[in-house]
Amino acid sequence: MCKNCDLKPVYKTLNDKNLCKSCFIKYFEKKVLKIIRQYNLIEDKDEVFVGLSGGKDSMTCLYILDKYLKKMGRQIKALLINEGIEGYRNKTVEDAEKICKELKIHLKIVSLKKEFGKSIDDFYKNYKGRPCTPCGIFRRYLLNKYAREYGAAKLATGHNLDDEAQSIFMNQIKGNMALSAKLGPATGVLVHKKFIKRIKPLYFMTEKEVTVYAFLKRFPINYIECPYFHNTFRDNVGRMLNELEEKYPGTKQSIVKAFIEILPKLREQYQGEKIGTCKVCKEPAAKERCKACELLNRN
Amino acid sequence: MKVNVFIERERKDVEIELKDNSTVKDLLKILKINPVTVITTINDEVITEDYKLNDKDKIEIHSVVSGG
Repeated sequence: MCKNCDLKPVYKTLNDKNLCKSCFIKYFEKKVLKIIRQYNLIEDKDEVFVGLSGGKDSMTCLYILDKYLKKMGRQIKALLINEGIEGYRNKTVEDAEKICKELKIHLKIVSLKKEFGKSIDDFYKNYKGRPCTPCGIFRRYLLNKYAREYGAAKLATGHNLDDEAQSIFMNQIKGNMALSAKLGPATGVLVHKKFIKRIKPLYFMTEKEVTVYAFLKRFPINYIECPYFHNTFRDNVGRMLNELEEKYPGTKQSIVKAFIEILPKLREQYQGEKIGTCKVCKEPAAKERCKACELLNRN
Repeated sequence: MKVNVFIERERKDVEIELKDNSTVKDLLKILKINPVTVITTINDEVITEDYKLNDKDKIEIHSVVSGG
């Protein structure tokens, strides 16, 4: 039974405490607000946009930030990138529209096809590399560009503890610590006036906790998976971490907590690293052209 | 006892025979599903892995992994 009120439990925490529906929702929201305050993710007068996909993570992030900021008389906005993945994104776009309508949140949708002349489905017809990489590059590019154009000071994403543990591990496997320095509850290593700071309010929430929350809140979600996701590098690292989590509960949390301890040192090393401007599109770029323009062969 | 299970990710219904007093954890073990990767429900109510199952229970297993 629930440790607080003797009702049927819906979730058991890492330290073996059973929580009923109402206590779990309180526990979840309290933990998210603690992350926001502890890492100063949102400051006074910040215009906050949520990068919405229509999946459980970004929808949970949207719902909690909306609830939190509305109490202070403030409003958030949502930004959705439609990559054009048939049978997947069209369904999650509908879900995103539903929740924004319900919560009276202004939603802006940017189409990858309109922006680049081709959808992700079109792009993958002639692409031989890892499928998630270009999609991630295009999505981050458009989220940053349009969040800035629409006046955002912060862009909140639904990244959770599982995502972060995977990224930490993937960067270790690739031996790329500069990439890890960009992780954490808020970005901020690279300096460029066109970069919008990204924040992750669900940073310490596990994927399972987010799913339970979204389910209990009855969010309008089609629990579907991207058709390109299977057997990717991230998928394989995620499976491995989940196997470890089953044998050694708390593994993912330990990975992220240990990482947070070394993050200041890591950032010190890469802090202030200046980044240039793409000669084609004038967006931030590490090389002469940004990764999006490279992928699209734009000169 | 027998329980009916709907595995959402595979869109599959299965009937599983279990020993009396079996829990959701026992069921997931038989189905070779890692409990970390799913949530389970009965009558649209979320239950934990310690939940003791009853004969003819209808259980739904939802994946928490959402690639994309």
